[in-house]
Amino acid sequence: MAVQSTSQHTAQRNRLTVGGILIVFGLLIFLLFTPGTEAGQVAKFGMNLKSSAALPIPDITLPVQASIYALSILVVFLGAFQMARGIRSAGALFGIVAFAFVAAFLIWATKGKSLSLIGMLSSSLVRATPIALAALCGVISERAAVVNIGIEGIMLISAQASVVAATMSGSMTLGLIVGVLVGALVAAFHAFLVIRFKVDQIVSGVAINIFATGATSFLSSKYLQHQGDLLNNSGTYPIIQIPLLSKIPVLGPILFENNLVVYLMLLIVIVMHIVLYYTPWGLRTRAVGEHPKAADTLGINVFFVRYVNVIVGGMIAGLGGVYFTLGSVGRFDEVMTAGKGFIGLAAMIFGNWNPIGAFTSSLIFGFADSLQIKMQILSVPIPSSILAMAPYIVTMIVLTGVVGRAIPPAADGVAYEKQ
Amino acid sequence: MSANKEIKKTEARSSLAKMFGGSAFQSLLIPTLAVFIGLVIGGLVIAATDAGVAEAFKNFSSDPGAAFKSIWTAIATAYGALFYGSLGSPREIIAGFKALQATGDNDAFLKAIYPLTESLVTATPYIFAGLAVAIGFRCGLFNIGAEGQFFMGALGAAYVGYSLKGLPWFVHLPLAILGGGLAGAIWGAVPGYLKAKFGAHEVVNTIMMNWIAFRLSDWLLTGPMMTAGFRPVTPNIQKTAELPRFFEDPLRFNWGFVLALVVAWLVYWFLFKTTLGFEIRSVGANPDGSKYAGMSVVRNFVLVMVLSGALAGLAGSAQVLGVDHWVGQGFSAGYGFDAIALALLGKSHPLGVVLSAILFGILRSGATRMQSLAGIPIDIISIIQGLVIIFVAAPAIIRWLFRIRISTGDETVLTRGWGK
Repeated sequence: MAVQSTSQHTAQRNRLTVGGILIVFGLLIFLLFTPGTEAGQVAKFGMNLKSSAALPIPDITLPVQASIYALSILVVFLGAFQMARGIRSAGALFGIVAFAFVAAFLIWATKGKSLSLIGMLSSSLVRATPIALAALCGVISERAAVVNIGIEGIMLISAQASVVAATMSGSMTLGLIVGVLVGALVAAFHAFLVIRFKVDQIVSGVAINIFATGATSFLSSKYLQHQGDLLNNSGTYPIIQIPLLSKIPVLGPILFENNLVVYLMLLIVIVMHIVLYYTPWGLRTRAVGEHPKAADTLGINVFFVRYVNVIVGGMIAGLGGVYFTLGSVGRFDEVMTAGKGFIGLAAMIFGNWNPIGAFTSSLIFGFADSLQIKMQILSVPIPSSILAMAPYIVTMIVLTGVVGRAIPPAADGVAYEKQ
Repeated sequence: MSANKEIKKTEARSSLAKMFGGSAFQSLLIPTLAVFIGLVIGGLVIAATDAGVAEAFKNFSSDPGAAFKSIWTAIATAYGALFYGSLGSPREIIAGFKALQATGDNDAFLKAIYPLTESLVTATPYIFAGLAVAIGFRCGLFNIGAEGQFFMGALGAAYVGYSLKGLPWFVHLPLAILGGGLAGAIWGAVPGYLKAKFGAHEVVNTIMMNWIAFRLSDWLLTGPMMTAGFRPVTPNIQKTAELPRFFEDPLRFNWGFVLALVVAWLVYWFLFKTTLGFEIRSVGANPDGSKYAGMSVVRNFVLVMVLSGALAGLAGSAQVLGVDHWVGQGFSAGYGFDAIALALLGKSHPLGVVLSAILFGILRSGATRMQSLAGIPIDIISIIQGLVIIFVAAPAIIRWLFRIRISTGDETVLTRGWGK
């Protein structure tokens, strides 16, 4: 009885705290974004890319002050409701608040100007691509209980290998193949260390990262910088417009006007989801990740499953590396991955170790990334280096698990000892 | 109570014995062999990318001897430059010393010991940063954020160093040192708190704090902390905040090195001679058991991350106050990962860390010379470091490679999975 009343008490206190935080957020929206706005000012959001004019839909024009008031009131109201009654779904609650905050920020930043909303969403997907590929690499290997923190390094090596291969051979396809195979090779080395020699998985990953940074920078300053045209100038994959589908309003230009790497990423998300949840291999993978001993008892070769999954993960990370060079700028720069591999790991955790979740959370990071670029263009009165912190801060907030705690595979990171 | 103390004593003694006592040879064997293989493979990379070697191998069938000789020449030139650049030449040092005794003119002597002192100057921040990572390992925490903490520490020390004016040195210098430590501690405390409170993994969070530190420093160095003019650097610190140097100008060897040794001893004393240190190691060895024994795992996580950050911050203090006297962009590049490598190499023991830091100081400072003399990019050192980490972390490979049968005794679990 006493226990129950205590837990009721805690629940009530939590409810009041969360409600209080929401009200503070609502007021914050008001205080941060209304100063400097004028009555009658509007913000214009473009809904079309130039190329897809088949079914143009009207641009959205919002009155700045009224919209921000409305969003602020919405959040305060939610907070009050939370305090009084309590809302069950914390995720939905935080989702709405985050949306309101970002929307208010965008409207404030766009006041008196116009911003192509579709352009921004489309660049979010593009910027989410390497993060999603890193996250998918994490999902496939960690589902088999091998932590791969060397994704950043794999992407770096693949990025360099693919651009050199593509430039020297003149074939973009060969560049892709080389990038993917090199990724597989590095991942195989990681798998060999942690499965055969039972090296601490995180230490091995860190060693790969250090080695990759050193090796790519070494080769870059030894060769690529002097012979850039011969080795480091590949061009990029062209944008492919998928007929008909790219003409769908809103979704068309975002999803169906991209380059090869983005399409491959979308394909991998779907295939991995099917493999993990609807095939025998997926079942084995998950069994090996949750309870390797039980899986072994049932005749599953734990080591084999782990090797295959880590190597396939390496191929996916290799594709992520290809994105940085062939899929984006057509040239390798030292340390060009800039922490995307680690952000991918955060996306994997936030996505609860499943492919679709990992993809959706990558989109959040991609959005944060593209937001800060757009803000620089709109010349928002915030220093650009402060805005550039956004993806990293979002990652840390996400990892606190405030938005729902993720549960890793039970055997994740533990070497399997066969008896 | 006394029983507890007794256990602590035996525990400390046995771990010391493992490190230096009866099996000193064994515990030094693996790191030494790891460094050796790292250098060998590094040498092969140097040879493989050497233009002379490629040239000689074109005539391999007619003159195989010359081809192999060219490999040897490439490696010997590179490593010769490396060690001459980092240790100097004994002959020159002795000649310089004789000249000093005979004539009282120290020019030749100072010139001869310059490379050696530069290696120790390079080793100084490594000692601090290595201790930062090592203390984390002892508690089962993996601090990859030493780089960001180092940067913030440098900025903190520089800020105290240039903004306070008119203080006597014995007030200003300690304040500036502590300013760096404090800034680093704050940068370490955030991931520590998030780990303790929410179980957020410190590996990802410390890396995120690194990137936030770089962006923040971009802003600080082009805005609030920028010196007059166009360069994105801080103003020079006041004379009163500088760590005094032992010799005159081109030699930058300073009291920072001594400070590093003192701090290393303090960390040793703290970890192995105090109750708090015992708790930290106990939480690192077995968090569940420690919790059952009444220790607060959460409190220890935060404490260790604060200490770890503070140590990395002190690395920044020592570098700014002793060597550079100002901070610019990219100041801390690479230090975080180097610190991990040498904490692993030193087996997370303060003495081991000091020794590996001096080794890394020698490699890094010699590599600059190697780059200018033999045209080999300085990044070769990162390649060697990555290999050394792999071999230290996988003694099985070394044992297999050299067919030796030894047990290293404590192959401690360094890290744990996500959110545990």
